[in-house]
Amino acid sequence: MKSLLSLAAAVAFALPLAAQAHDSWLLPSSTVLSADDAWVTVDAANGNDKFYFNHRPMRLDNLQVAAPDGSTLQPQHVATGQMRSTFDLNLTQSGTYRIAVVNDGVFARWEENGQPKRWFGKPADLDANVPAGAAKLQVSQSHTRVETFVTAGKPTVLKPTGQGLEMVALTHPNDLYAGESANFQLMLDGKPAAGVKVSVVRGGGRYRDQVGEMSLTTDNAGKFSVKWPQAGMYWLDADAEDAKTSVKQAAKRRLAYTATLEVLPQ
Amino acid sequence: MRTLLLSAMLGGTLALPAQAADLKVDVEIPRLNAAEYHRPYVAIWIEREDQSVAADLALWYDVDKKDNEGTKWLKDLRQWWRRSGRDHSYPIDGVSGATRPAGRHALSFPGDTSPLAELAPGRYSLVVEAAREKGERELLRLPFTWPAAQPEHAKARGEHELGSVALDLAP
Repeated sequence: MKSLLSLAAAVAFALPLAAQAHDSWLLPSSTVLSADDAWVTVDAANGNDKFYFNHRPMRLDNLQVAAPDGSTLQPQHVATGQMRSTFDLNLTQSGTYRIAVVNDGVFARWEENGQPKRWFGKPADLDANVPAGAAKLQVSQSHTRVETFVTAGKPTVLKPTGQGLEMVALTHPNDLYAGESANFQLMLDGKPAAGVKVSVVRGGGRYRDQVGEMSLTTDNAGKFSVKWPQAGMYWLDADAEDAKTSVKQAAKRRLAYTATLEVLPQ
Repeated sequence: MRTLLLSAMLGGTLALPAQAADLKVDVEIPRLNAAEYHRPYVAIWIEREDQSVAADLALWYDVDKKDNEGTKWLKDLRQWWRRSGRDHSYPIDGVSGATRPAGRHALSFPGDTSPLAELAPGRYSLVVEAAREKGERELLRLPFTWPAAQPEHAKARGEHELGSVALDLAP
């Protein structure tokens, strides 16, 4: 997905959005672990080149880590540097952990005395920050999820949240191997998202000339399949737009989903 | 002996699995010139044609470390971890063992006891996977049919973390 802060800046100056905003990702140090008491460290950043820290850190205000039993796991050693944020997770339960930064926000722009104004924040704070009846007011709402998955021991089933754009992993996200195909289903508020473009890019772009993006489209059931050409860390992104806003001033809701998936060699 | 009597009593009308056929495995861990050498972790198992695991035969790792700490690197036995390792708790009875030094290691599995006694007739592969700290990983497969109608011998040679691996089946 496109980082919201960058997005806000991009919206203010130019269109189209997608071409202007930066991408976001979470990068775990391992995705498959065998220790009883394992640790992973996760980096979080926004930038153009997948998994290279060369732009801005990701804000972790809305970081949610769900343990295999559904409880919330507290991140440790949380820090934000110049170009990336980082945190550690102690995996004491066996199973799959869902690590996600979920942002639900509104972006407003308007004019005051001929000067352009803009504001980005939570839907509930809109009225307090944007004057009622502001001139040329344009409000858009966004729901974005950036996530990754890590499994200690045996993979466990992930429950969909039913909110926003999200990927249901029909093939377990920590059971991906080069040369095999994985099946996923894209959902929008818990319902199949048909005809949505999904972009898949392998990391390590610095060492090759072509991005090698795989461009897929979800079918009528929101499903899509990815055949992994080789092992590596992959960035998967899907974007959508609808009119299901929760603030009355917003006409449109922008949705984005991003996952980091590790594909292992055979 | 029990299996033999049983099959005699049944008059040989049933296709019984493993009529006391024995399976012998010989695994060579090569002597390597490494500045820092650690013995490899090794997993040996029987794989079905769909790559699911029919039986785990041996797992050599740092089994004696306190608090099961030796399990930390079991994931490096990548194929085995995916197919079987992640489904177990540790140590695995009758399978887990200490790492072994360079040299040849002979293992023998009698056909009339678990796990071979439960092995259904069919096509399988013996799989040997080795992964070494600060070293490399290697996996060898030796296909075979179970039970063997006649003595069978299969051999493969590794190039990195495994030397020769041999499989011998006696009917």
